[in-house]
Amino acid sequence: MDFKLSDEQRLIRKAARDFSFKELAPNAREWEEKHHFSREVFEMMGDLDFTGLYVPEEYDGTNVGRLTAALVFEELAKGCYATAVYLTVHNMVTNLICQYGTEEQKERWVKPLARGEKLGAYSLTEAEAGSDAAALSTSAVRKNGGYVVNGTKLYVTSGGVADVYAVMVRTSDAHKSKGISTLIVEKGTPGFAFGPHEAKMGLNASPTTELHFNNCFVPEENILGAEGLGFNFAMTALNGGRINIGACSVGLAQQAFDYALAYAHKRQQFGKPIVSFQALQFMFADMATEIDAARLMVYRAASLMDEGEDCMMEAAMGKRLATDVAMRVTTDAVQILGGYGYMKSYPVEMYMRFAKIGQIFEGTNQIQRVVIAREITKYKGRKRPDSY
Amino acid sequence: MDIVVLVKQVPNTTEVRIDPKTGNLIREGVESIINPEDRHALEAALQIRDNTGGKVTVLSMGPPQAIDGICEALAMGADRGILLSDRIFAGADTWATSTTLGRAIRKIEQFDLVLAGRQAVDGDTAQIGPQVAEYLGIPQLTYVQKLEVREGAVIAERALEDGCEHIEAPTPVLVTVLSSLNEPRYPTVAGLIDSTRPRAPIEIWNGADLGVKAYEVGLAGSLTQVVKTFTPKGARNTQYLEGSPAAVAAQLIDALRKKEIRLGE
Ligand SMILES: Cc1cc2nc3c(=O)[nH]c(=O)nc-3n(C[C@H](O)[C@H](O)[C@H](O)COP(=O)(O)OP(=O)(O)OC[C@H]3O[C@@H](n4cnc5c(N)ncnc54)[C@H](O)[C@@H]3O)c2cc1C
Ligand SMILES: Cc1cc2nc3c(=O)[nH]c(=O)nc-3n(C[C@H](O)[C@H](O)[C@H](O)COP(=O)(O)OP(=O)(O)OC[C@H]3O[C@@H](n4cnc5c(N)ncnc54)[C@H](O)[C@@H]3O)c2cc1C
Repeated sequence: MDFKLSDEQRLIRKAARDFSFKELAPNAREWEEKHHFSREVFEMMGDLDFTGLYVPEEYDGTNVGRLTAALVFEELAKGCYATAVYLTVHNMVTNLICQYGTEEQKERWVKPLARGEKLGAYSLTEAEAGSDAAALSTSAVRKNGGYVVNGTKLYVTSGGVADVYAVMVRTSDAHKSKGISTLIVEKGTPGFAFGPHEAKMGLNASPTTELHFNNCFVPEENILGAEGLGFNFAMTALNGGRINIGACSVGLAQQAFDYALAYAHKRQQFGKPIVSFQALQFMFADMATEIDAARLMVYRAASLMDEGEDCMMEAAMGKRLATDVAMRVTTDAVQILGGYGYMKSYPVEMYMRFAKIGQIFEGTNQIQRVVIAREITKYKGRKRPDSY
Repeated sequence: MDIVVLVKQVPNTTEVRIDPKTGNLIREGVESIINPEDRHALEAALQIRDNTGGKVTVLSMGPPQAIDGICEALAMGADRGILLSDRIFAGADTWATSTTLGRAIRKIEQFDLVLAGRQAVDGDTAQIGPQVAEYLGIPQLTYVQKLEVREGAVIAERALEDGCEHIEAPTPVLVTVLSSLNEPRYPTVAGLIDSTRPRAPIEIWNGADLGVKAYEVGLAGSLTQVVKTFTPKGARNTQYLEGSPAAVAAQLIDALRKKEIRLGE
């Protein structure tokens, strides 16, 4: 077992770190307060090749793989969690179309997405179908060489600002999950509109909106794969998405930790730096240990995926742990800064608000446990095969 | 135009701390980066090449790890990288460093322009550029904040203490740049994939490749030796000024005058 990154991975991480430090971190607070999405920053990330991280070169990606992508997301999340998150969704959608799309679809969507000319979004959730996503009801009815789509999708990351939407719709009522298909819908399609940016607890640099479909005609060449495969696609995409959210959360936790530690070295109370109090040292020790555990789990899941191995459970475990760790660590970071931590003139209260969403989206942490438990129990009490 | 850019790996911090006991720089836990002003020099080189053609070679002297900086420079768009690395180069002062870099540039032969950052954040001497120019016997333009190239010449705007100077020099010429010159690009992922592959256009030259003797370079070839480094213990003394803005301004000017701080012409 080798815990060393390659030169390529190390230097890509460094490039992401440098970009994050210079271009994201100084603006994150302002974007958050002003609910500002920066298209310019997305384009810069395209120039740096962060927009097609696991898409092959022939479709204008770099194909560096999941582990390297995780390193990039981790670093970007240190500067701005919201930016890192929407970039992971973009990469997820780009890869989804690349994996299951036809040659024409890849030409049409994957290339501009991978180059960062177009932004991608993923739409599964509905008002009555959150954790129980297969209960979705937005309908797509076959008509004249295409589908007429009606319904409302909820909470779409990059809603309104994205150009290409992978939308899970119901093409058949006969089966629950097997009646779901994936349509690729472009912004500007008649009958396709957006709700307003939802005001959120955090993550406001990344717009979240409803999608409104009102007799929206989507030509049949926009269906991904075939009818009935959509739920599978959606779940496969989320499996990788969990690794990404785990990576973002590790980065966020590390950032909060680094900030709190530097603060604790400078801040003096009772005549000495507060870092010298064992009460705080033990907090830091626990934070560091948990961040490391989360990071290793996320990297392990990413490596398994790079090797083409099944990693449903490992990805869910990584996401569950990393997002819970981020919540705890950011909360502790506020505590370590005392009253200053509670103030908006310091960044840690924002980190704490960012952290909360990680426990909710791409499958709540309860749903991660459902996934983990399903994997554990599928051997009916027999020992799981060794995964090493 | 063929351009050689001098890049140095430095610790990523503007506040290089010094171990009060040993007097050495504390480098543990500090990431190495390309010296910030060198990135501006590289950006200038890349822009000139993109407009006029030619080749950009990055040249660095340092331990084997300094190859990271060369990989990054290639990933930003440089065509070729040369790392000067040899035990005999170790401990060099600016004189020995300039000699070594100068020898390497002679060996490169074909160049119209040598670009370098004004100074490195870990030494702040600003001596390397000028000394390399002297070694090569070519003109030098320092503190450059605007740069234009013509056939056989460069035109530069130099930042001086109380204004700026426009100046033209024939090539080959050495130019040291300020960070106000441009906005450096970032290395790309695709570029880093290529530059970390075994067949990347990177060469490592040692003393024998340069044909130098051990006594000409490194510590042995240095004219100066660091006896001691330390952080000056200047106690900070805060003085609060009160009153109307005009009164505060007057007090401030008086206070500065009393301390004989120059206020400009
Ligand atoms: C900022 C933001 C961005 C988002 N981006 C996207 C996006 O880009 N695309 C998209 O499709 N969706 C997106 N979502 C939606 C997100 O994935 C859902 O909110 C999430 O899946 C939870 O669904 P829900 O909100 O309906 O909660 P519910 O499903 O109503 O869950 C409520 C609570 O019940 C628990 N629960 C539900 N079922 C079970 C069970 N079986 N066992 C135990 N506990 C259970 C949940 O864990 C949770 O605690 C986003 C949401 C937010 C807030
Ligand atoms: C919204 C708000 C309202 C407030 N209202 C008032 C008010 O009305 N009046 C007023 O006087 N103050 C008020 N305060 C100030 C508040 O009481 C202080 O912020 C609080 O006492 C903590 O002090 P501090 O922020 O300086 O943190 P610090 O004392 O710097 O503490 C930082 C961290 O170090 C830890 N720490 C410090 N010393 C030790 C030790 N010896 N052992 C172990 N751990 C230690 C702390 O627990 C904390 O985690 C308010 C603060 C806020 C945020």
